[in-house]
Amino acid sequence: MSADQEQQSIRCLVAKVGLDGHDRGAHVIARAFRDAGFEVIYSGLHNAPDEIVQAAVQEDVNVLGISILSGAHNTLIPKVIDGLKEYDAFEDTLVLVGGVVPDDDKAELKDLGVAEVFGPGTPMEETVEFVRENAPQR
Amino acid sequence: MSAPDHDELLEELLAGKHRALARVITKIENRDPGYRELVSALHAHTGDAEVVGITGSPGAGKSTLVDKLADYYRERGETVGVIAVDPSSPFTGGAVLGDRIRMASNVGDMDVFFRSMSARGTLGGLSTATTDAVKALDAFGKDKILIETVGAGQNEIDVVKTADTVAVLVPPESGDNVQMLKAGILEIGDVFVVNKADLDGADRTVQELREMIHMQTDRTANLATGHHGASAVSDGDADERADDEGWTPSVVETVAKTGEGVERLVETLADHYDYLESSGALEAKARTRYAEEIRNLLREDVGQLLEAEIERRGGMEELLADVVACETDPYAVADEVIEPLERCLEAPRE
Ligand code: B12
Ligand SMILES: Nc1nc2c(ncn2[C@@H]2O[C@H](COP(=O)(O)OP(=O)(O)O)[C@@H](O)[C@H]2O)c(=O)[nH]1
Ligand SMILES: [Mg+2]
Repeated sequence: MSADQEQQSIRCLVAKVGLDGHDRGAHVIARAFRDAGFEVIYSGLHNAPDEIVQAAVQEDVNVLGISILSGAHNTLIPKVIDGLKEYDAFEDTLVLVGGVVPDDDKAELKDLGVAEVFGPGTPMEETVEFVRENAPQR
Repeated sequence: MSAPDHDELLEELLAGKHRALARVITKIENRDPGYRELVSALHAHTGDAEVVGITGSPGAGKSTLVDKLADYYRERGETVGVIAVDPSSPFTGGAVLGDRIRMASNVGDMDVFFRSMSARGTLGGLSTATTDAVKALDAFGKDKILIETVGAGQNEIDVVKTADTVAVLVPPESGDNVQMLKAGILEIGDVFVVNKADLDGADRTVQELREMIHMQTDRTANLATGHHGASAVSDGDADERADDEGWTPSVVETVAKTGEGVERLVETLADHYDYLESSGALEAKARTRYAEEIRNLLREDVGQLLEAEIERRGGMEELLADVVACETDPYAVADEVIEPLERCLEAPRE
């Protein structure tokens, strides 16, 4: 049979990287994504970059959202992106960063391959809409 | 995606590329065009993995135990695949899948392949998707495959029945026991795990379980006379206990949080697998499973053929108009729609 019914769904990994205990934003985002009909994999607090890469590769998520409020984004995010590349997973994963990131660093993260950075107070609809428009197809 | 892409994907999966395995499972979950050819091609490479289903109520400690089991197998040099099924939110189709949080012992170890799956609201579709995902893990070369699923409802029971061995978690004094009997979970357990054995009441729960198992084996022993052999392959609804004669479910205590009792559990799971192999029950189970799989696929295909026929007849709305006006009735419509198919299948053939 050829006419299979397709059941695509946007899968998102929401991850907290490093020794950062601020998890309210990650919870809020996870819930908003769920309510938008996405499948959210939440991997909990204190993930090492390795662990995030492992999860993103195995879960084959369309979207990897990293929440970071500790200020350590400049050292941790590049490690995640390198890891994704190592497993051929960078090209078709939308990488988002959320949390407290100074404007200067935003540009740098985007150069690395982060699609967008969402700071405090970003309206949820805007974030959801961005994902809908930019999540790569599977 | 076209067929050549699938060939490449399959090749990469068989060569051990994690990304390819992950993508194949995605295609299975999405029912991507052509996924069936992909799963077909996997079949020849399967049959080596031992599949354990782990079920129990939310919070029973399934994920924590899966983590410890995976860790134990890894220590022995075996590779592990995990499929963790979480029910999705029925309103939006969205879900938060949190089982991964407990995978603390296997952080960064790519030889534990952990995949979260939601139910995606499809009845029956979930067990098909799980069976197919297990095939992908098996073909990839995983030695042990663990399926975690919440023990509530027919959907989940169907999922866990795709495993060779089913372990049911029962926390102490949970009041779960009556619930489980209702859900039909007692019947599917090969091994009962009283997890959280560090809590009060574990001994009593072990005792209760032993009594229930005792009563149940007495009952099936009486029923079993005569209906073995014929049942396993000929009937889709065959009593799943039929090929399990000779195995009395064991009760094991664990403290998943610390890993206590996990070794004993691993031994018990191995005992059950040995029993399945030596008694021929493993093959019987596989036959039942394949028969069910074929029937599921056929149901799906026939359903699609008939949907297309409904469209050719002007669509469901059109057909309904006459039913609502009492000019015809649902039975008559169904007869009419299926008539061409029936005629075709019953026509004489070479
Ligand atoms: C509440 C809070 C705490 C709580 C955290 C409780 C918890 N469980 O989360 C407590 C009191 C524990 C705390 C502790 C600390 N905090 Co504090 N904390 C805050 C505060 C006031 C608000 C954070 C918050 O919860 N906001 C509400 C949520 C909903 O917003 P959000 O996280 O920003 O998320 C939104 C967006 O950023 C985005 N988003 C976030 N994640 C993601 C992910 C994805 C995928 C996407 C798409 C979007 C996205 O979407 C969300 C909704 O719009 C901020 C200041 C601030 N205004 O941001 C400081 C702040 C983050 N904390 C700070 C500091 C320094 C600390 C401490 C180190 C203080 C100390 N010296 O002890 C500790 C460290 C704790 C730890 N282990 O990491 C600093 C960080 C400085 C920096 N980055 O350079 C801040 C910025 C305060 C400041 N101005 O100095 N903190
Ligand atoms: N006391 C105790 N708590 C446990 C044990 N195993 C798991 N837990 C805790 O039970 C909670 C639920 O565990 P989880 O593995 O997520 O359960 P699941 O919903 O069945 O997958 C967590 O807080 C665990 O830490 C145990 O053996 N003893
Ligand atoms: Mg769980």
